Amino acid sequence: MSEVSIALNRFGLGARPDEALPTDPRAWLTAQLARYQPRPAVLAGLAGTPVIAAEIMDYQEQRRAVRQERRAAGAQQPDAAMTAGSAMQPVQRPPRDPDQMAARRQLRRTHYEAAIDARMASALVTPAPFAERMVHFWANHFAVSADKIVVTPLVGAFEFEAIRPHVTGKFRDMLGAMARHPAMLLYLDQAQSVGPGSRFAQGAALRGNKRGLNENFARELMELHTLGVRTGYSQADVTELARGLTGWSVAGIGRRAGGQGDPGAFRFAPAVHEPGARSLLGQSYAEGGEAQGQAMLDALARHPATATHVATKLARHFAGDDPPPAMVTRIAAAFRSSDGDLPTVYRAIIASPEAWAAGTSKFRTPWEWAVAAMRATGQREVASGSAVGLLNQLGQPVWKPGQPIGYDDIAATWAGPDAVMRRVEAAERIAARAPETDARALAAKLYPAALSDATATAIARAESPGQGLALLLVAPETMRR
Amino acid sequence: MFDRRSLLIGGGAAAVAAAFAPRMAFAKAATDRRFVFIIQRGAADGLSMVAPVGDPAFSGVRGVLGEDLAGARKLDAMFALHPALVQTGALYGKGQALFAHAIASPYRDRSHFDGQNVLETGGVRAYQQKDGWLNRLLGVVPTEERSAIAVAATVPMALRGSREVASYAPSALPDASEDLLRRVTMLYEGDKQLHALWDEALQTRTLTGDLAGDNGRNAAATGALAAKLLLPANGARIAMIETGGWDTHSAQKGRLQAQLKGLDAMIAALQAGLGPVWDRTMVLVATEFGRTVAVNGTNGTDHGTASAAMLLGGAVKGGRVIADWPGLAPAALYEGRDLKPTMGLDAFIGGAVAGHFALDPAPTMAALFPASAKARATEGLVRA
Repeated sequence: MSEVSIALNRFGLGARPDEALPTDPRAWLTAQLARYQPRPAVLAGLAGTPVIAAEIMDYQEQRRAVRQERRAAGAQQPDAAMTAGSAMQPVQRPPRDPDQMAARRQLRRTHYEAAIDARMASALVTPAPFAERMVHFWANHFAVSADKIVVTPLVGAFEFEAIRPHVTGKFRDMLGAMARHPAMLLYLDQAQSVGPGSRFAQGAALRGNKRGLNENFARELMELHTLGVRTGYSQADVTELARGLTGWSVAGIGRRAGGQGDPGAFRFAPAVHEPGARSLLGQSYAEGGEAQGQAMLDALARHPATATHVATKLARHFAGDDPPPAMVTRIAAAFRSSDGDLPTVYRAIIASPEAWAAGTSKFRTPWEWAVAAMRATGQREVASGSAVGLLNQLGQPVWKPGQPIGYDDIAATWAGPDAVMRRVEAAERIAARAPETDARALAAKLYPAALSDATATAIARAESPGQGLALLLVAPETMRR
Repeated sequence: MFDRRSLLIGGGAAAVAAAFAPRMAFAKAATDRRFVFIIQRGAADGLSMVAPVGDPAFSGVRGVLGEDLAGARKLDAMFALHPALVQTGALYGKGQALFAHAIASPYRDRSHFDGQNVLETGGVRAYQQKDGWLNRLLGVVPTEERSAIAVAATVPMALRGSREVASYAPSALPDASEDLLRRVTMLYEGDKQLHALWDEALQTRTLTGDLAGDNGRNAAATGALAAKLLLPANGARIAMIETGGWDTHSAQKGRLQAQLKGLDAMIAALQAGLGPVWDRTMVLVATEFGRTVAVNGTNGTDHGTASAAMLLGGAVKGGRVIADWPGLAPAALYEGRDLKPTMGLDAFIGGAVAGHFALDPAPTMAALFPASAKARATEGLVRA
C-alpha cells in the first residue's frame, strides 16, 4: 500500500474525489491539527444542552402530571420510559398518552437524529479528516449510550460540547469536560449517587427513605476512561472515588439530587457530597467539595497506567488489532512527557513506522465504512434521518454501543458474514443514488498506487457504471483501511 | 451459483441442498440435538430472577426489590420465580426448566467486560483463552451437529475460534441483486478473509428465506428467528443469542421486569418455533456475574459475584432448583456484599452439554474449560 493511500484511508476518513491528493502524507496529517474546527458550520445550527435539557424537563414534568392524574383516577400504569435503559424491548407496552408519545418522538428526532445527520455531514466535508477521526475515537473512548432514554437527546451534545473542543487540547481537559456533562452524569448514574453520610441522606433517612452511593461512574472512570482494567486499583478505591464524586450532578433533569439551576447545567450539590477526606490509590484527598473530586481526576489523568491504556487503544486504532508494543511505549511516553497534550500524542502516532506498515490494515467498522463510502461518492450532505437508518442496518447504531466500554476496535467484532452482506446491500443503494461516476478513475484516486488487480478487473467488467461503483465500495480496499 | 429467487419459488429444502451439495449435507439421523446459549450481558440479578424468599435475611436486605416477589410463584421451600417469567414458570411446572443458584464462573472481580470474556472463553482469567467455549464445543460434538450460528450481526466471543460459524440478523435493506452477489463472489476470490465470510453469508441467506421481513427488534421475534434457523434438518444445531440491558444500577424494579418479560417471550417463541424439536433442545441462560445483595442508594444493585443460571428444554431434567445455598446473612456473603458462589458455572455448562450431546463428561470439560481441568462436570442435568 502506498503512503498516500494509508494517509487518506487509515489516518483519514477515505478520499473524496473533489479533493487534491496530499503530496507529503505526514505533513498533510500534521497540518490538520491546526486546521481542525471544533464547531464547524454543519454543527452550528444544532441545539445545545441548555435547550435540550429544558425540553427534557418539560417532558418529565408533563409525564409526572399525567401519572399523578392517572393515579388519582386509580388507573396505575407502570412507565419507566425516561429512566430505563434496555437493549431488550419488552414485548408489550402499556398504552401511552398520545401527547406524551408525540413529545418523546420529538425529543428523539429533533436532537438524536439531527445530531447524527450533522456528525455524518461533518465527516463528509471536514478539511481535517484525521482530526475528525480522533473525534470519533475519543467519543467512543468516553462512550455514553443513547439506549438509556434520558441520554438519547443529549448524546450529540455530549460529543459536540465535551469531546470536540478538546480533541486538539489536553486529555485532562477532555476528561474533565465529559465528567461534568449531563449525558455522562446521567448515563453512569452519577447524578443520582448520594453520599451516605451527607446532609441529604441523613434527612432522607429521617423521612424513612434510604438514599446512597452508586459506584457505576467511579468504576468506569478508572476501568475504561483512565487507568484501564486490572491495573491495580481495588474495590475500596472504586468506593472512595465514588464518595469523592458525590455531589457531581445535573440541575433540573434526572433525579432530584441535582436540585436547582439552569436545566442540564453541571451542578455541584454540597448537600449530597460525602463529607471527609478520601483515600485513592494510596493518596489522601482532603475535603474540599468539588475540588476533592477534581484532584482525584488530576491524579487519574496523570497516572502512568492511563498513558499506557490510552496509548494501547490508539496503537490498536492505527497499527492493527494487536497493538505493537514498541509503538505503545512511544505513544505512552509522549503522553506522559507532555502531560497528556493530545497533538503531541498524535505526532507520535504519525511518526510511528508501525502505523505505515502495509500489512497492518484495519477492518473498517460500519461507521468508518459508511463514511468512506459516502465520501467516495462525493456526497456532501445526508438526507434527514438516513444516516441513523444506514448505521442501524449496518450493525453499529450511532452512539449506541449499549455499554460504557464503547464499540470494539477489532476485526473479529465487525467482520461477520451477515455484516459483509449488509454492506453489499447498502453499497448497491449508495451507488444507485450517486451521480454517474466512472468507478475506474475513481478507484485510482481513492487508492493511489494501492489498487489491486482483482478490484480493477471487477470494476472494469461491471455491467453498468452503478454496479462498478458498488463493487468499488465493497472491494477489499474499501472494507479495510 | 444459486438463484435465490427460483429457490424461494421452489421453496424446498431439496433446492437448498442441491445448491449447496458440496458444503451442506443433510443430517444423518433424526436424533439430532439443538443447543442455544442466551447470554445476559450486564450481570443479571439472580436474586430477583430466582428469589430465595425462604432465606430469613431476604426481605430485610432486598427491601424494595423483595416486594416484587411477594406473590411470586414458589418453586420450592426456598425459591420463588420472578413473576415476569410466566412461560418459564410453566416449563418448570412441566419439568422442563432447571435453575442453578449461587453459581459463578471462575471470575471474581467486577468488570463486565472481563467477566463476559471469562464466561464466553471458558478461561479462568480474562483474555487467557483466545477462542470461545461454544466454538470449542463444535470440535467435540458429533459431526452432524457441528453447524453453529450467532443470531446477531456479528459473531460473539463465545462462538469465535478456529471452527467456522455463521451469523445472521434480519436485515431491512433491500436485497442486493443476484448479479451483484455473483460479482462480489468473484471479487473476493483472492481475499482469504472476505472469501470465507462471503461464503458463509450466502449459505445463511439460503436458509433464512423470507426472514428479512422480520424486524427482529423485539425478543420474541429474535427467539422465533433463532428457531427458524435451528429447525431445518440442514440448519444450525447450535445457536447463540445476545441480550443486553441487565446492568440495573438504578430503578431496577421496572427495568428488570421488562428485561425478564422479554427473556420469557424469547424462550416461549423458541419453544413454539421449534415445535417437536423442543424435546431435543437445551437452552442455557447465563450471565457474567451477579449483583450486590443489598439495594444501593438508587434502588438498583451494583456489580456482585454469584448469580443464577437456567437450563430449559424438553431434554432437561427440570422442575427443580439446584443450589448449595450459602445464605444471605452478612457473615455468609462474599466480601461482605455479594452472594457467595458455591457452584461452578463451568462444571454446570460442561455437565449440561455433555449430558445433552451424550458426550463423555471429563474430555468435554477438558475441551471446553481447559484451564479449570480439575472441575468435575455437574451430573444428572439431563433426562435419561
